[in-house]
Amino acid sequence: MRQSNLYIVLYAAMLTIVCGGLLAFASESLKEKQQENIALEQKQNILSTVMTLGENDNAAELYNKRVKAFVVDFKGNVVEGKKTTDIVVEAEYKKPAQERLLPVYEFRSEADPNKIEYVVLPIHGFGLWDKIWGYVSLQSDFNTIQGTVFQHKGETPGLGARISSADIQDRYKGKKVFEGEALASVEMMKGEGNDYSSEQHKVDGMSGATLTAKGVNNMLKDYLACYENYIKKTKQP
Amino acid sequence: MSAETAVQEVKKSEPLFSKKNRKLITNPLDIDNPITVQVLGICSALAVTTQMKPAFIMALSLTVVTASSNAAISALRNTIPSRIRIIVQLAIVSLWVTLVSELLKAYVYDVSKQLSVFVGLIITNCIVMGRLEAYAMGNKPWPSFLDGIGNGLGYGMILMIIAFFREILGSGAIFGYKIFEAAGIHYQGNGLMLLPAGACILVGLIIWVQRSINGYREH
Repeated sequence: MRQSNLYIVLYAAMLTIVCGGLLAFASESLKEKQQENIALEQKQNILSTVMTLGENDNAAELYNKRVKAFVVDFKGNVVEGKKTTDIVVEAEYKKPAQERLLPVYEFRSEADPNKIEYVVLPIHGFGLWDKIWGYVSLQSDFNTIQGTVFQHKGETPGLGARISSADIQDRYKGKKVFEGEALASVEMMKGEGNDYSSEQHKVDGMSGATLTAKGVNNMLKDYLACYENYIKKTKQP
Repeated sequence: MSAETAVQEVKKSEPLFSKKNRKLITNPLDIDNPITVQVLGICSALAVTTQMKPAFIMALSLTVVTASSNAAISALRNTIPSRIRIIVQLAIVSLWVTLVSELLKAYVYDVSKQLSVFVGLIITNCIVMGRLEAYAMGNKPWPSFLDGIGNGLGYGMILMIIAFFREILGSGAIFGYKIFEAAGIHYQGNGLMLLPAGACILVGLIIWVQRSINGYREH
């Protein structure tokens, strides 16, 4: 009986239904908790580009107090009626640059809520194997990089995956994104161990991960161009 | 292989931790070690052992998955049609692995991010499938559960030994704590230890040491 085709088909079907049901149940009941974690991580990422978060800092509270989040379009105008939480950066990335909706996170001064201390901009692109994304924060001159966070989905561990380490991200600190009025972005060079401290638009590369670095360069250039109009509008002369 | 030809028949009156059952846990630690004797699960032993923390979580997750799939398959062993038994085993293993991964994501998000693909890779770990085929299909749930725990620990032990040497020689740290730096010594990490080849050499050395101690010979 156990070898009959009918038994096998029914057994497989039952197994699929039971396993599928269990997984669906687990996924649904844990979804809220998981999404909370993801939202918190995003807030931590945004904050970590402008400051060092300590163990005891409440990222959610700090975020609510200091960060003003809104959405702009390619022309730099604020899009009313859209919240940053509605925007999926990955989905916007697939649209042509001119049509993208772009979230902006302005980090306001504690003393004067109208004064922008830093601005944090989400970026998204493609590395060697899969998507890469992150945030770049600019100081109030809208030119000097305060910090960056890069994440990746499938870059090679030990090589391209190093973009998510502080060691690589810190290389961008203090670099300039504009050359006069023109957007120049920051480029990660080929080869590692060279000194670019006097160069405003270049950072040291990652040995063995030139293609991931290229992806990061394209991502920065692409998104800084998207935000260029917003930056020029908001920048106080 | 059918369930009727059970390798070991455990009597009802037998205590939970009889000598035979204790052996199920202790044997995989030494003379029946999944990595150094059966040479299974080598792929993940090379992949997750550059640092001790992911190696530890991996060992823990694998132990949970092996033990619970062993118990589940053993409970179902008399109903599983032999022609599709591998796919049934795979489905049960994936079920547990996905549950573990979802739970990690909900309650220890940091750790789950660090492990990322490794947890999913437990599905393809030869040890899990190996124990299901070799043991759980022919034995009762409780001994199968112990067998899973034993093999998970045997795997975990070797993983931790490899990770210890790779992390300390490769990046001069233990569990992410930079000991050489703390002691004020400048240490240039050995790049070979960070590559899979370093783990291969270490596995070879461990097998050598183990076999010269317990006198194991291939038959």
